[in-house]
Amino acid sequence: MKRIYVNEAWCLGCRLCEYNCAFANSGMQDMASALKGKPIFPRIHIEQANAITFAVSCRHCTDPICVKSCIAGAIRKTDGVVQIDQTKCVGCLTCVLVCPYGALAPNENGVMQKCELCLRNACGEPACVKGCPNRAIVYEEREADA
Amino acid sequence: MNEYVIIGNGVAAAGCIEGIRSADADGRITVISKETHPVYCRPLISYYLEGKTDLARMPYRDADFYEKNGCRVLYGRTAEQADAANRTVTLDDGTVLPYTSVCIATGSAPFVPPIAGLDTVPVACTFMTLDDALALEQATQTPRHVLIIGAGLIGLKCAEGLHGRAASITVCDLADHVLPSILDADSASVLQTHLEQNGIQFRLSDTVECFCGNTAHMRSGETIRFDVLVLAVGVRANAALAKDCGCETNRGILVDVSMETTVSGIYAAGDCTEGTDISAGQKRVLAILPNAYMQGFAAGMNMAGAEASFDNAIPMNAIGFFGLHTMTAGTYDGEVYTEETETSRKKLYTKDGLLKGFILIGDTTRAGLYTALIRNRTPLDSFDFDTMKKTATFASLSADMRKRCFGGVV
Repeated sequence: MKRIYVNEAWCLGCRLCEYNCAFANSGMQDMASALKGKPIFPRIHIEQANAITFAVSCRHCTDPICVKSCIAGAIRKTDGVVQIDQTKCVGCLTCVLVCPYGALAPNENGVMQKCELCLRNACGEPACVKGCPNRAIVYEEREADA
Repeated sequence: MNEYVIIGNGVAAAGCIEGIRSADADGRITVISKETHPVYCRPLISYYLEGKTDLARMPYRDADFYEKNGCRVLYGRTAEQADAANRTVTLDDGTVLPYTSVCIATGSAPFVPPIAGLDTVPVACTFMTLDDALALEQATQTPRHVLIIGAGLIGLKCAEGLHGRAASITVCDLADHVLPSILDADSASVLQTHLEQNGIQFRLSDTVECFCGNTAHMRSGETIRFDVLVLAVGVRANAALAKDCGCETNRGILVDVSMETTVSGIYAAGDCTEGTDISAGQKRVLAILPNAYMQGFAAGMNMAGAEASFDNAIPMNAIGFFGLHTMTAGTYDGEVYTEETETSRKKLYTKDGLLKGFILIGDTTRAGLYTALIRNRTPLDSFDFDTMKKTATFASLSADMRKRCFGGVV
């Protein structure tokens, strides 16, 4: 199962991943009309510790507690990808309360969203990975630690 | 072939079904459902009244959930009795079901206090089930004056749900602040102000002495006229069936980390149980949805012969009103770190080198990082808690810890 992994040593903190994510999930054709002059709601975010920066997005956990905690039955894991049915979400934020990675946040309408690996948008592969200028975010298969 | 019987059809039951099926594809599962609806989550009923969800979107699982999991569901039936010696459950219609293992997931029921004149009130509801919500929807087809007794989670969510439908909403409670089970008085005041700004009226430290039709005579001497009464004083675990067949009970059915009761072969899960709250180190009824699912799943796995334990339960709630979100978790014990503004609160409670609990009102961004510190009992000296206190961020962790989280499979 391919997942997104980050290497903080290579992260420049340029936040292109946030913009590429917001654009990929906007459903719009060009980036300027999708993002220019608007607050953006990306599903990946950059955190900063002194000189270090790194990107945080859903880990698609082996045993995802968000799925077990969702009061609407709106989050499920299918073929290794944790996905939200946004039509069922009521915006209670229980998933925010339980996600140990801080990987879920509401969109501009208060409906929850999270990284779904761009598998359901036009990008088809993680836009954050595709656009990362320094390969600090990769999309690949890794083994679980024994 | 194993015969599994699940008494109840809520979220704990759904967890139990999925737990059983993760370990046993073949055993027969019979679900006894008092309500005539497929599994839905109780907390959704206020969102239903509010119009944020509807009957089509409310089911917890897909329409073919029971069929796909090979479950027989007996709707409109209740279990009257369990016989641990002969391993049978007897239903209200006399049917006797044999079991290899049984899970009691009977939930809880509203406690209705014996208030004088309650029987003279024309429209009185509780707020626990989908049918309760449908009844309230009917009762508020035209704007009505609503009186809610109880300023807890159920009473206040009901108030929010009815807000757009009611002519007025008054909430009374004997406690001196709202959400007394999860908030201190100071944090509650922030929320109460917000609710009042949205038109909810409160009568706290006061209760109904007696009813006379549509009039409530309060202990304070005030009289309140209303059209619709909602009783949301509290809930009690449905533990009688378990008690009658020999399971030890306290405020709920006692379970160990495998979710087995004190009687072999009888498991229990969800709001009817009393498990260990690891933040307080005490037995407690933790009637919250995530615990119901996780208890149910663990019970199901163990019933099917696999091994599972659910050993890190804590109380936790995410509850929002009119756009203001509140999150609480754990126990409010020890030293407190506080940040506050007029419209927000952040309180983190630490003791013995661990985060024990928190209250967040307003900014709840990445609150799950705090919850994980409580559940995992992460020693606060193993990372930069001073940074974490201010902002829930992985920046406060060591590079090694971050590498494990974001560079590996979790």
